[in-house]
Amino acid sequence: MDLAVFLVQCLNALQYGLLLFLVASGLTLIFGILGVINLAHGSFYMIGAYLAYALAPWAAAHVGGGFFTALGIGLVLSVVFGYALEWGFISYLYQREHLQQVLMTYGLILVFEELRSLLVGDDVHGVAPPAWLAGSVQLGDVMTYPVYRLFMSGVCVLVALALYAVIARTRIGMAIRAGASNREMVQSLGVDIRLLYRIVFAAGVALAVFAGMIAAPVASVYPGMGNQVLIISFVVVVIGGIGSIRGALVASLLVGFVDTFGKVLIPQTAGILVYVLMAAILLWRPEGLFRAG
Amino acid sequence: MTAANLSNALPLMLGAALVAVFPFVGGKFYGDLMVTTMILGIFALSLELLVGRTGLVSFGHAAFFGIGAYATALLSPDAAPASLAWLLPAVLGITTLAALGVGALSLRTRGIYFIMVTLAFAQMAYFVFHDMKFAGGSDGRYLNVKPVLAIGGFTLIDLGRPLTFYYATFGALVLVYALLAAVGRARFGHALAGIKANEQRMRAAGFSTYPYKLAAFALAGALAGVAGFLYAVKDGFVNPEILAWHQSGTVLLMLILGGIGSLRGAVLGAFFFVVLKEVFQSEALFGAFARHWQLPLGLTIIACVALMPNGVTGLPAQLRAMRTPVPHAG
Repeated sequence: MDLAVFLVQCLNALQYGLLLFLVASGLTLIFGILGVINLAHGSFYMIGAYLAYALAPWAAAHVGGGFFTALGIGLVLSVVFGYALEWGFISYLYQREHLQQVLMTYGLILVFEELRSLLVGDDVHGVAPPAWLAGSVQLGDVMTYPVYRLFMSGVCVLVALALYAVIARTRIGMAIRAGASNREMVQSLGVDIRLLYRIVFAAGVALAVFAGMIAAPVASVYPGMGNQVLIISFVVVVIGGIGSIRGALVASLLVGFVDTFGKVLIPQTAGILVYVLMAAILLWRPEGLFRAG
Repeated sequence: MTAANLSNALPLMLGAALVAVFPFVGGKFYGDLMVTTMILGIFALSLELLVGRTGLVSFGHAAFFGIGAYATALLSPDAAPASLAWLLPAVLGITTLAALGVGALSLRTRGIYFIMVTLAFAQMAYFVFHDMKFAGGSDGRYLNVKPVLAIGGFTLIDLGRPLTFYYATFGALVLVYALLAAVGRARFGHALAGIKANEQRMRAAGFSTYPYKLAAFALAGALAGVAGFLYAVKDGFVNPEILAWHQSGTVLLMLILGGIGSLRGAVLGAFFFVVLKEVFQSEALFGAFARHWQLPLGLTIIACVALMPNGVTGLPAQLRAMRTPVPHAG
């Protein structure tokens, strides 16, 4: 593996890891604060990708602008959707056992997948990146790297920084941090816990939908795309520790690098490596790397 | 046998008698469906030991079903029938070992972690069979000749014959049911129930809970392996989809459909699941919409969990509780 190939793989690993972080950070917050095991989180990623596919032509025709207008509209829709879903469905799960949460959100996955099949069909679709991001940059003498992937990584870093700023610096971030370590205490201190839950859930949905939308030009759009991301995000949350954003970031990057380099170096076992990593970390620390609280 | 015992056992015996005479009255299609139900019933029973008895929610139980099925297909010779005398013990041994390995690691965790870790291990098993050459990859693998039990050239049991296979499956279901009922009455089963109720207190009472949980996990894995064995023999074909996480979700669904905490709930749950699936997939009822059968299934899951959390077997008690007015406190 020469230097250029190594560099390209590093960029791929970084981009994959950062994308995972967007999905897993929402998942870990929802676990940590709402105490709900949400299997439908992967569906939000899938919905995001299909939104990018469906909204881009519509936005171009009616609003002007292409991909980025679609991104903006999609984000607004996802926040509204997340808010409504928490109000109408998820809020009924807080008092239930984990097993019931698992089954009800599993039912939700089936519903979302079939609605997708009814509305958009089962074909695989490509989504074009915006024209000015469609090119490649030269890396070394022979390798090139698509600009859009660099853009993706950049956007993910920005989102991660923004998330950090909100959680570390703002009043609502303080409530979220406190909620992750001790839910009952936050409630008794007079924070409107229902509103906090609703905001956290909507934010988690928006993060996953956003990840799906910006991933669409790279990953293409296909049925069942959410499930794969869901299970890998579970692994990330387990490795990082439930409720810990920092843990999710470290674990996402770890999983990104192990998966990407595993596929290059030992292609026969690439699918398994991530789980071996998880098993090893569990042996060492059963509660993950950075357990919140 | 007391009257209470009798009224408890009577429906069970009636059900068993019905299943026993079914091949002669049910026809081939429904006979096949009945075999599927019984295999899934064994699968659900094995998970009931973990979820209902011990309070361990495993979301990766399909792994052991799949490992059992793959072991059956991979160990059987291509052109000659395998002998049940070694094949079944081998399958049991392999699934027990796999469950011991997965259990040893995942039982270090609790609650949500345990759910996610078992899911992740099942996914790992999925990729082992999906990516490795020896198992035939995503195409799966055929089991050409079904296993037999022969002594000195005389064939006692030939699982290739549909009627023999039906009764072998029925026998396996009865045995697994009886075994788990016995476990429930034994000291081991009481220890598991104690762990479910309050693990902290069990430890304080001097029980080292980890070995009990591990033993339950291994036994559940082995019994799921039996279901997998029967599945592979029935279809003569295995592919990685039988280990997919949907299967793990499906078997949990069967438990909650039937009602968690009772053996008959697990078997009834498997039955209702098969019925629901057949109804939703029926083109006669739903026409072209039958292709989207997972939509009504998903809605049914949500409705069932929301409205009858104790499943079908818990329904009478639930209805009684609704009819009795709640006494005012003070």
